[in-house]
Amino acid sequence: MAENEFDAIVVGSGISGGWAAKELCEKGLKVMMLERGKNIEHVKDYVNAQKGPWEFPHRGTRTQEMIEAYPVLKRDYPLNEMNLDWWANDKDCPYTEVKRFDWFRGYHVGGRSLLWGRQSYRLSDFDFEANAKEGIAVDWPVRYNEIKPWYDYVERFAGVSGSKEGLPQLPDGEFLPPMELNCVEKDVAERIKKHYEGKRHLIIGRAAHVTAPIEGRGICQYRNKCWLGCPFGAYFSTQSSTLPAAMKTGNLTLRPFSIVTQVLYDKDTKKATGVEVLDAETNQTYTYKAKIIFLNASTINSTWILKNSATDIWPEGLGSSSGELGHNLMDHHLGVRVSGWVEGYEDKYYFGRRANGFYIPRFQNLFGDKREYLRGFGYQGRASRENWAREIAEYSIGADFKEALTEPGRWTIGMGGFGEILPYHENKVTLDKTKTDKWGLNVVAIDCELKENELNMRKDMLTDGMEILEAAGVKDVSGYDGDGTPGRGIHEMGTARMGKDPKTSVLNKWNQMWDAKNVFVTDGSFMTSAACQNPSLTYMAFTARAVDHAVSELNKMNL
Amino acid sequence: MMNRRDALTRVSLILGGTIIGAEAFLTGCKPAAPALSTIEFTENNITFLDEVGETILPTTESSPGAKAAGIGAFMKVIVSDCYEAEDQKIFLEGIGQLNEEAKTKAGKDFLLLSADEKTELLTALDATAKAYEEGKADEAKSHYFTMMKQLTLWGYFSSEVGATQALRYVETPGRYDGCVPYEKGQKAWAT
Repeated sequence: MAENEFDAIVVGSGISGGWAAKELCEKGLKVMMLERGKNIEHVKDYVNAQKGPWEFPHRGTRTQEMIEAYPVLKRDYPLNEMNLDWWANDKDCPYTEVKRFDWFRGYHVGGRSLLWGRQSYRLSDFDFEANAKEGIAVDWPVRYNEIKPWYDYVERFAGVSGSKEGLPQLPDGEFLPPMELNCVEKDVAERIKKHYEGKRHLIIGRAAHVTAPIEGRGICQYRNKCWLGCPFGAYFSTQSSTLPAAMKTGNLTLRPFSIVTQVLYDKDTKKATGVEVLDAETNQTYTYKAKIIFLNASTINSTWILKNSATDIWPEGLGSSSGELGHNLMDHHLGVRVSGWVEGYEDKYYFGRRANGFYIPRFQNLFGDKREYLRGFGYQGRASRENWAREIAEYSIGADFKEALTEPGRWTIGMGGFGEILPYHENKVTLDKTKTDKWGLNVVAIDCELKENELNMRKDMLTDGMEILEAAGVKDVSGYDGDGTPGRGIHEMGTARMGKDPKTSVLNKWNQMWDAKNVFVTDGSFMTSAACQNPSLTYMAFTARAVDHAVSELNKMNL
Repeated sequence: MMNRRDALTRVSLILGGTIIGAEAFLTGCKPAAPALSTIEFTENNITFLDEVGETILPTTESSPGAKAAGIGAFMKVIVSDCYEAEDQKIFLEGIGQLNEEAKTKAGKDFLLLSADEKTELLTALDATAKAYEEGKADEAKSHYFTMMKQLTLWGYFSSEVGATQALRYVETPGRYDGCVPYEKGQKAWAT
């Protein structure tokens, strides 16, 4: 095999790219994984993971210099002192906001698998059937029973802790032992169950943390410093999980600083032949060839590559024959929060820092509950005791004030909504040929907004959330509709959706491009609808399934 | 201007003996602390802020106070690097204003006040700042003392001294227990 020839190329090394590489390698293929950013080595490069809060000059907070340097990242929590190196540089990698879209990217080996929230939920047939039943967009070409074994498969390897609840809208999985709700959360859960007669549920979050031994991984130590990298490898990331598995086969080559600029397409065979790479450090251009290409560059970026590919045949790029490439961009809309305080439990506390909260699965438009809008939302939150950042009624400064602050305060509880955004054709990404990035490459223009369905849903998110807390006896419940700007969910989905018909979708049911059957797109781009559950687990399952199909087709000489 | 020897003599006469440390505040005709800057962070300013912080969170039997956590230096770093220019100005001018408050209300520079006098002064200032925050428009800037108090609490409880001595810090808990007994007087977790 020539130096630049492989059996398969995987573009991107995040959650789905890592899975694609592992599965392809384990099936015996020689794989090249291309990553646009720098390498981050497991444990060794987690330079801040063992530091105390006092070891950061600004105690983790953002400086004016950082605010100036990161005009997008500054819009939310990602701009901070502790892991700034793990977020893409806004100025090197600009994009155009036709409407405001907060795009928070991780350009390095591992991508956002190092930074994710680790919440891992299955979609159900309520999600897979919704488009067809409601006449929205196109039907998912897959149902739950087809993807279920793949959810089982990826959960067993990734390690997902959770409790079995028997909820049809949130199927149970192959769980490691659940983390524990604290005493207030347990009681609130009971009160919710009683008040809503078993129709609403508060459960422990299902999180990709190892809570019982898994080969090659450490058990969660409850440090809650996950986004600095876990020295124990206790949460699922490319570095802790899929990359070592792929490396172990001896079949993987990983090339950092490799910006894939296009998929090379041969119009005679109607297949891709490889990819073109721009070396991010040297600006040299390289070509890598392979029989199979997996695009896992992240939603929006995989589409950017496709839009730059085969433009001599399709001016709008590879996969544009359907007219849907770049369209139907989705996220989850966040920003509605409710909270209050809980009387009593002064003699109760907790030990350890649980990097997980509770989850209230969707209950709207299900089981006879009917709303003015389609689909629904879930809540994620936690109960805890107040820390030193509080007022003490009796004291303002001095010794008594200080002593009072050294003890925990009242119990409080808060939660935020995660709402589904419908796939709208008008919510789209295009190429902005008037603007270039640090490497002279054109950038994407993002044109996406919430519409009436989402705005109506947000009203219920607020009122239902407050009602739930009040029903559970929480005091002084308040809430607000904060910032629901798309992108802030950091769950970009769509732009290369799967479907049943090449005329209305970019991918078939195997994540395989209708226009180039040896190209597979298995990051969030393929999502036909967004559901309201955190999506990464679904990308893992569809990626493993797509690799299985791809290799089987390759072996049958169909690719 | 009196000469220095005269001044010392007078103090001795008034109080009927030699005063320890008298030289420290005899820098002019009138007792005065080292000069403060309202345009930049000087060593004197940091000493001053250490005392403000120590008054807000003093050393107690159970743990050292804010000065031991280097609170003045912390305030300098945060205000210089993280505050917007307008807030920096309010904060630095606030140092001068606080000292003026001391002179007006207690007749002395803040640094020359006794611990009780400092506490009394800052207790009143805290009430003023709270009333100001409640009355102001949302977009209006904060009172300088609100800034100093916030920075003191944050800087202290996130410092090594604050997190490990005033609070409890466990680097690697190793497990999670969602329901453990708590007795009044036990320290809160630092993070």
